[in-house]
Amino acid sequence: MAGEKSVAFVAEQQIPPSPPPVRTGGALGWARDNLFSGVFNSVATLLSLAFVAYILAMVVPWLFIDSVWNASSLQGCREVDDGACLAVINERFLQFVFGFYPEELRWRPILAFVLLFVAIWPALFSSAPRKLLIFSALYPLLAYWLIWGGSLWGPVGAVVGIAIGWACIRFLPPLLARGRLDEGLAFLAAVGAGILGAALWWLFCVIAFEEALSTVLAISLEPVESARLGGFLLSTIIGVSGIAGSLPIGIVLALGRQSNLILIKGVCVGFIEFIRGVPLITLLFVAWLLLSYFLPPGTEFDLILRVVIMVTAFASAYMAEVIRGGLAGLPRGQYEAADSLGLDYWKSMRLIVLPQALKISIPGIVNTFIGLFKDTTLVIIIGLLDPVGLLQPIRADQNWNGIVWELYGFIALFFFIFCFAMSRYSMYLERNLDVGHR
Amino acid sequence: MRLKTTLIAAAAATAFSVGAHGATLDDVKAKGFIQCGVSTGLAGFAFTDSDGNWDGFDVVFCRATAAAVFGDPNAIKFTPTTGKTRFTALASGEIDLLYRNTTWTLSRDVDLKFSFLGVNYYDGQGFMIRKDMGVSSASELDGATVCIQTGTTTELNLADFFRANNMNYEPVPIETNAEAQQKYLANACDVYTTDASGLAATRATFEDPENHVILPEIISKEPLGPLVRHGDNAWGDIVRWVLNALIIAEEKGITAANVDSMASADTKDPEIKRLLGVEGNYGEMLGLSADWAVNAIKTGGNYGEIFEKHIGENTAIGLARGLNALWTEGGILYAPPFR
Ligand SMILES: N[C@@H](CCC(=O)N[C@@H](CS)C(=O)NCC(=O)O)C(=O)O
Repeated sequence: MAGEKSVAFVAEQQIPPSPPPVRTGGALGWARDNLFSGVFNSVATLLSLAFVAYILAMVVPWLFIDSVWNASSLQGCREVDDGACLAVINERFLQFVFGFYPEELRWRPILAFVLLFVAIWPALFSSAPRKLLIFSALYPLLAYWLIWGGSLWGPVGAVVGIAIGWACIRFLPPLLARGRLDEGLAFLAAVGAGILGAALWWLFCVIAFEEALSTVLAISLEPVESARLGGFLLSTIIGVSGIAGSLPIGIVLALGRQSNLILIKGVCVGFIEFIRGVPLITLLFVAWLLLSYFLPPGTEFDLILRVVIMVTAFASAYMAEVIRGGLAGLPRGQYEAADSLGLDYWKSMRLIVLPQALKISIPGIVNTFIGLFKDTTLVIIIGLLDPVGLLQPIRADQNWNGIVWELYGFIALFFFIFCFAMSRYSMYLERNLDVGHR
Repeated sequence: MRLKTTLIAAAAATAFSVGAHGATLDDVKAKGFIQCGVSTGLAGFAFTDSDGNWDGFDVVFCRATAAAVFGDPNAIKFTPTTGKTRFTALASGEIDLLYRNTTWTLSRDVDLKFSFLGVNYYDGQGFMIRKDMGVSSASELDGATVCIQTGTTTELNLADFFRANNMNYEPVPIETNAEAQQKYLANACDVYTTDASGLAATRATFEDPENHVILPEIISKEPLGPLVRHGDNAWGDIVRWVLNALIIAEEKGITAANVDSMASADTKDPEIKRLLGVEGNYGEMLGLSADWAVNAIKTGGNYGEIFEKHIGENTAIGLARGLNALWTEGGILYAPPFR
């Protein structure tokens, strides 16, 4: 009997946990903790809510309920309803995206844009197949060809020049060093030879190269001149090339600034300090106006190309300083460890120093990218029609006279999406590389 | 300010030495199009339509020039310029021709070394204010804040006017017309002053144009016209005579619609014959084809047609011909004889 009746005061099962009091759990608890945790916070919350509601009460009906999507003029809009006249964006959307790019060729920039994601995929995510990097390296050539058209061999010729320069810098130093030249001097000589070789190629051989190959195998797209590029296409071209160019150049400049070779160091410091001492707008003016004085009359030097070069130079100088910060943040021991492993300069940089330095610099790098992207709107001053530049002639059209908020809001939205995506990505990257736990 | 002027002058001087032997006409013919500077966007004068084509009063004159040179009004590219950048752009050779509400003044002609080639719009500087300010004359504007475009003649006229009348003002410098519009509507300034045509164009864009008035005083002469670099005489002649041809076309009643029939039909008027290339070798003298004027007129019609279409009384801008009527109709538009 005694064995059957178990002891009553010990529970046989665990008592199921009861839900926390309403006041501390769930949405209410969260609100209590986060929004109303004191008199001051409660007041602040209520005020902010009122403010948000006030703004929404103005914007939502204007943008979503009373807005007009189909009309051919502002007057037309106002006859229908008194909200946002989004008809202007409806009508000019393609103009904002492509500028004056010929309609039947617009698949080309679209394709270039899609391929851009393929090209940056391996650079952004380590899970991507490594082979794609080859495609990434060739992408600038492809994009240039797609957007501007013309013979494929022109851009190929330009790239061959770069390849010549690179090959000199890569392969000459050991050869020269064997010939009893000091290592630093050998490197300098190689750089000089590389620049000279590329310049000679560009000046004298490219055209012949292009013509020769065109007779053998003519691959060409209908050319589109720079004056037809505009809108978001233009901002993206300038922004992306600036970003893609400034990172490697910035790294080289940052390394150069730390170099023991006085000449290289001097050139890098001079470049960085000069560019940082001058506002971007001045550089754009130089690109636009002063260059025409120095170039021989009649030379065609594409304006967008000039702008891209200037913007890249500008961003590179800032990038160099950001990366220098990263390099300086590395403990000396890392450099010494690399040396003690017997790695040469490039290997120690590539395998040990730079990965760590770049990791620390990510926020600064992305900062520079975002700044650069927003700076592309400055090109309006030199007569290029980026989205903001397009806005003025559109507003001067009698049909759309007087429209303000809709257009500025639209452009702001575009820039926000781009910049927000960049900043989110940098956060993802930081989390992935775990910067905090170095 | 002085530094800027010096810089522009230096740039202009250098360009002069370049431009003198690098004749623009040859360059233009070699590259096959004209690079024309226009404003960054001013209602009626320069804007883009839904297909992305530039249009407007100033733009049509550029196009007519292209039509005269190449027989094609689309053989042209446009560069939007602000009040400040326009002269540097022209001096450096980035543009071949400037049609941008630009006032012909002595210093621009002589000091900046540009050739003005005529007047396509006789203008004067006016003031726009909100009606509820209760001001009815510019002489009551003492102490006002004034939106003013930098790098323009209007900036200088404004200072002169207030000084001459012993009044004070606070300038709010702005770069483009669009910016001025915003500032003015946001009450950042009481008064917006610029060329009266620009004021009318700007006011036409407001939601409530009836609440804004343009004061009766016109404080300056603003003859607006095309310009090229000094030393570009052959090129300048073409620009000048395209403008004159469009004015003469109005005098003679030649329109875009009837120019072809006029050129082929047996008109009595010898000046029409000369203009349309039926008689004489005037095209050849300019280095153009015989039908250059026909092509120019076909682009957007004669002067009167261009005016009516873009800024005339039936448009939102609603400018009266006023001074810009033909001399035979009470205006001062007077082209030299075509012979
Ligand atoms: N005529 C004066 C003023 C010309 C001017 O700037 N006009 C304004 C308004 S009438 C304009 O064209 N703005 C268009 C723009 O900002 O691009 C000058 O030549 O200095």
